[in-house]
Amino acid sequence: MTPLTAWRARPARTARPRRSATTPPWLFAAPALAVYALVVLYPAISGVVYAFTDWSGIGQDMSFVGLANFRTLLGDEQAMGSIGNTLLLTLAVVAVQNGVGLLLALGVNARLKSRALLRVIFFAPVVVSPVMVAFLWKYIYNPDPEAGLNGLLGLHVDWLGDPSVALWSIAGMVVWQYAGYSMVIFLAGLEGVPKELHEAAMIDGAGTFQRFRYVTWPLLAPAVTINLMLSTIGGLKLFDQVFAATNGGPGYATETLSTVLYKQAFVFGKFGYSTAVALVLALFVAAVSLVQVYYLRGREVSA
Amino acid sequence: MRRTFLLEIVMIAVAVAFLFPVYTLVSLSLKDPAQISQTPLALPDPPTFDNFTAAWSAAALGPSLVNSTVITVVSLIALIALGSFAAYFLARVQTRLGYGLYILFLLGIVLPFQLGMIPLYRLVTDLGLIGTHAGMILFYTGIQLPFTVFLYTGFIRALPREYASAAQIDGAGHLTAFTRVVFPLLRPITGTVLILNAVFIWNDFFTPLVYLGGSGFETVPVSVFAFVGQYVSQHGLVFAGLVLGALPIVAVFLALQRYVIKGFSSGLKG
Repeated sequence: MTPLTAWRARPARTARPRRSATTPPWLFAAPALAVYALVVLYPAISGVVYAFTDWSGIGQDMSFVGLANFRTLLGDEQAMGSIGNTLLLTLAVVAVQNGVGLLLALGVNARLKSRALLRVIFFAPVVVSPVMVAFLWKYIYNPDPEAGLNGLLGLHVDWLGDPSVALWSIAGMVVWQYAGYSMVIFLAGLEGVPKELHEAAMIDGAGTFQRFRYVTWPLLAPAVTINLMLSTIGGLKLFDQVFAATNGGPGYATETLSTVLYKQAFVFGKFGYSTAVALVLALFVAAVSLVQVYYLRGREVSA
Repeated sequence: MRRTFLLEIVMIAVAVAFLFPVYTLVSLSLKDPAQISQTPLALPDPPTFDNFTAAWSAAALGPSLVNSTVITVVSLIALIALGSFAAYFLARVQTRLGYGLYILFLLGIVLPFQLGMIPLYRLVTDLGLIGTHAGMILFYTGIQLPFTVFLYTGFIRALPREYASAAQIDGAGHLTAFTRVVFPLLRPITGTVLILNAVFIWNDFFTPLVYLGGSGFETVPVSVFAFVGQYVSQHGLVFAGLVLGALPIVAVFLALQRYVIKGFSSGLKG
């Protein structure tokens, strides 16, 4: 039983241990539950309530406005655009980060002398603060044809200043930082593929691609599930990189749900409307998580 | 054999390309402004360390390192104590209550924190904890508990039950059985919990920006953010600040890289 299969399985019923008179067992969970309820549950429930009010964040002055915040949202070009941006950005990050991560894992997994060093290099950006990575890339993406990425590739692109390119530039930055994370999870999955199966397939005359397609890929399913879920949830909630690199600009080209709800709350003081946007984000994350759990777990096989 | 050699060459080339941003970061931090504008891509010639001395004092990194360390260490201790404790109960007790509580904790993994962000801000303000270490520690302990409980519960369920039962037959209460027998057995997953939470807490930006901004208790990412905003056009100085800001966590990673990489993958394996 591993953590990821544990969540579904109810533990088998066995004889209960003798109740000890010293500590009632539920007391073990009480301190954690208290902190969790205070910091996560109570604020989240309040957030759902605030989403239907016009609270300005100052004082107790608020009234229920029904679905007005959501109607405002539907007519708010900037917020609606941010939904599209969030989904596009997530799609790009999920596809490229996991594609690159898988290729890196397959490359590093072979019998290379430099294997350990390569693993460290590709993983290193994961441990650095995303805000700092964003500042570094802001310079790498600068429009000067002599410097940064343009200088390296001999291009004249305004990576963050051109509205049609900026969102993809942000995606590139995120992929650079987290491809190593996907790689490490795929590597863990590859370790679980028995060598005997590959040898058997070779004896049966399967080529490299066929062995990957029919032996490795099906057994990688759990790693694929984790990677897709983590990168999707991460992509939908992306904030730091956008905030530090473009702050939603140029225009509203890189505005995401997270940056919109931040500005509505802390720039415009519309706390009620901000939580309504947060509720939409929460629904997206919940829906995507549920769909992924349902579909992806169905295709997992064991060796 | 030849194919392996070719693959090795390809992968090294990929790694070199991958390191271009890191090269940019380090080389710019060692250049004076004239070099940065005239030869942005070349190696620093001659390298200068002036940026580092200036950045260290301008970014107030000394105090921020202390703040980040205090917040991260205390939060980790709280998470490990509360999380392992709760998981011991959730993994062992087969009542509807135990199962329901477990599902309730799992819910916290999926809930985006943005939903409770503003009510929580209000709550922390009402408690008088805005701009304090205690407020941040409370926040990180709560926000990372679901994930911590999830990892611990999965691990404890896979342990043979006999350990704890044996201790109890010897007359130990639940509490003694847990601290003396069960907790030491949890070392592998405790390592994973430690690493994943440490990376998250150390690098987190949004909440400390809102809760600690201007308090004098800023963490490293918040200080770096303010510093960059102030000196935005002086790339050499800014990059020296980024190097200094990233150095502690990168140094720890390099020293413990085997455990970090294992920690990241082992707790998450399907």
